[in-house]
Amino acid sequence: MDLGFSAEEEQFRAECRGWLEANVPKGPLPAHDTQEGFDIHREWEGLLAENRWSVVSWPEEYGGREASLMEWLIFEEEYYRADGPYRIAQNGIFLLAPTIFEFGTKEQQDRFLPKMATGEEIWAQGWSEPNAGSDLAGITSKATKVDGGWLLTGQKTWTTRGSFCDWLFGLFRTDPEAERHRGMSYFMVDLKAEGVTVNPVGKLDGPAAFAEVFFEEAFVPDDAVLGEVNNGWGVAMATTGSERGLTLRSPGRFTAATDRLIDLYKRVGGGDPQLRDRVIRSHMEAEAYRWSTFDTVTKIVEGGSIGAESSLNKIFWSEMDLTLHQVALDLLGPQAELVAEAPDVVDHGRWMDGYLFALSGPIYAGTNEIQRNIAAERVLGLPRK
Amino acid sequence: MHFAFSDDQLLFRDTVRDLLAKEAPPEVLRAAWDSDTGAAGKTWSELAAMGVVGLRAPEHAGGLAMTDLDLVLLQEEAGRAALPDPLVEHVAVAVPALEAGGDAAADTLTSAAAGDATVSVALDNVATYAPFGASASAFVAQQGTSLYLVDGATAERTPQPSVDEARRLISLTFDAAQATELGGAELIATSVNRGALAAAAQLLGISGYLIDTTTEYAKERQQFGKPIGVHQAVKHQLADALVALEFARPLVYRAAYSLAHNDPEASAHVSMAKAQASDAAAVAARAGLQLHGAIGYTDEYDLQLWLKRAWTLGSAWGTAAWHRDRVGTALGI
Repeated sequence: MDLGFSAEEEQFRAECRGWLEANVPKGPLPAHDTQEGFDIHREWEGLLAENRWSVVSWPEEYGGREASLMEWLIFEEEYYRADGPYRIAQNGIFLLAPTIFEFGTKEQQDRFLPKMATGEEIWAQGWSEPNAGSDLAGITSKATKVDGGWLLTGQKTWTTRGSFCDWLFGLFRTDPEAERHRGMSYFMVDLKAEGVTVNPVGKLDGPAAFAEVFFEEAFVPDDAVLGEVNNGWGVAMATTGSERGLTLRSPGRFTAATDRLIDLYKRVGGGDPQLRDRVIRSHMEAEAYRWSTFDTVTKIVEGGSIGAESSLNKIFWSEMDLTLHQVALDLLGPQAELVAEAPDVVDHGRWMDGYLFALSGPIYAGTNEIQRNIAAERVLGLPRK
Repeated sequence: MHFAFSDDQLLFRDTVRDLLAKEAPPEVLRAAWDSDTGAAGKTWSELAAMGVVGLRAPEHAGGLAMTDLDLVLLQEEAGRAALPDPLVEHVAVAVPALEAGGDAAADTLTSAAAGDATVSVALDNVATYAPFGASASAFVAQQGTSLYLVDGATAERTPQPSVDEARRLISLTFDAAQATELGGAELIATSVNRGALAAAAQLLGISGYLIDTTTEYAKERQQFGKPIGVHQAVKHQLADALVALEFARPLVYRAAYSLAHNDPEASAHVSMAKAQASDAAAVAARAGLQLHGAIGYTDEYDLQLWLKRAWTLGSAWGTAAWHRDRVGTALGI
């Protein structure tokens, strides 16, 4: 066991810190769920990419630095420590890209990865449908084979930032005879294609950040399919594994948040012992998540992989995020509800924003009820029925 | 960064696990309640022969000169087995404190490393009552800001029976003038950390056992024609216990590393470990009893051995709240 960082890792950290301190915008950017704010966040993605910070773990030919997994965690720690802007590119770079690296052809990699890295093409997820949420295998959107490609028909919903995104990845049924997990394929769809309609849906924490997406015989070419036709479930599960397991929520996000929570307690806590105890709990949970991640990374570096244990991770970080924001709101008391425009607002309203966002954590990427079932059945081995 | 144990450390753990599985079945654990010494079976002598009892002692005293990091997985196994032997007090705390005492404690150190002497511990706040105090041949005990070696013959012992009958608690009174001073405030602070870390590691093992055995029960126990483990109300309690355990575990291993490497922040790291391990064990014990139902509430069913150890070790060596307070102080709040 060696819990120190190497000289190279320390140097990488110093380089991250130096660039971020010089370049992260001072003060919050306009909200990313408005067109204006989204465009400014896209510019930020471009600046990251110009300096090779947008996708540090990717190969150099696609805009990365070939950073190790540990270096990626260090980058994330520094990014959140510097209070870097929300990553609107995250669905593409953290969820789709690992799948393209694993299942994509060289042509698909060359076509999609560079523009994903620069933020020129921002990706939306297309998993959920009106009648298929937790039960993802219940989707009914379909793709019908035609000469040179497929015609897509159906509806996706709860597509985060779908109104502003350029492309969508998701599952469509390609074998009408097959049921449930079989007969689906993984598609990458241009949201500007003919036959695709994107309707904004207001959500709890913002005006139009969700969208519903309708497909009316929208044509996509053959190379829109990622991996084998009819093997979409297997391809998709590789993505959700990385989402829950490691790449979606790195510990730096939470250690930075609890550092700010401790600072908030010092400013407004007034020595309240119960609030102090809750602040300390949140700090310890963030530390637990950090060390659990180092444990996971060590296993991966030694050739292991993340299995159903990723469900435990998802439960833990999503509830930790919610708890730490609840503590912050209780610290703020009457100021908790104030939004950015209010004269008395504290920290630009980031704690209520964070709370609203954290409330979605136990829902997205597979609800925590589903995660508890997975943990009980696949980690502990309890019977499904 | 390499956050994993060595093959040797894992092999040592497996060896101890096998030994305890063989030598410490529930009937032996129960026999310990009625024995004069509080010990039972051959575990203490076998652990001494294997080097576990003297693991922290220097080689010249017959020990293995190993660290808290080498010990942590073995403490976890002791917890998994609900072992009554004083692995926290004697092995993790007393032996290194005796070494710190130098020549004056050298003879006791050698017999303690061999397991011939059993040394218990009494420290303010965290070990108010000395476990195994009734039969201990000596004590490492605090008075004021000094830590002493107290000969059992000069100690005044008042039994303080515990809900966990294996613990054999006493309150200790002694005359410092007749005792040997081992060290001061720094040694006391280090001893608190060593005991809290060992207790935290045992709590991991206890939680793991409770989750495993309750999972097995939920697979077998049939009601309404199917195993109770098919129900989400059952599954989710076990999943929550597993989450609590698996996110306490890395904090315990990190704290062991920090203690072994004299990290200046080791006290805060140990406190995070003990606070989270105590809370995780409370969750596992609650789920374990609830999901076993009435059978788990009986004296004859062995689940209670682990439940009681989860409760008692959860409070001993600093409650979760006591340790959180220490973390807060380290954070400057």
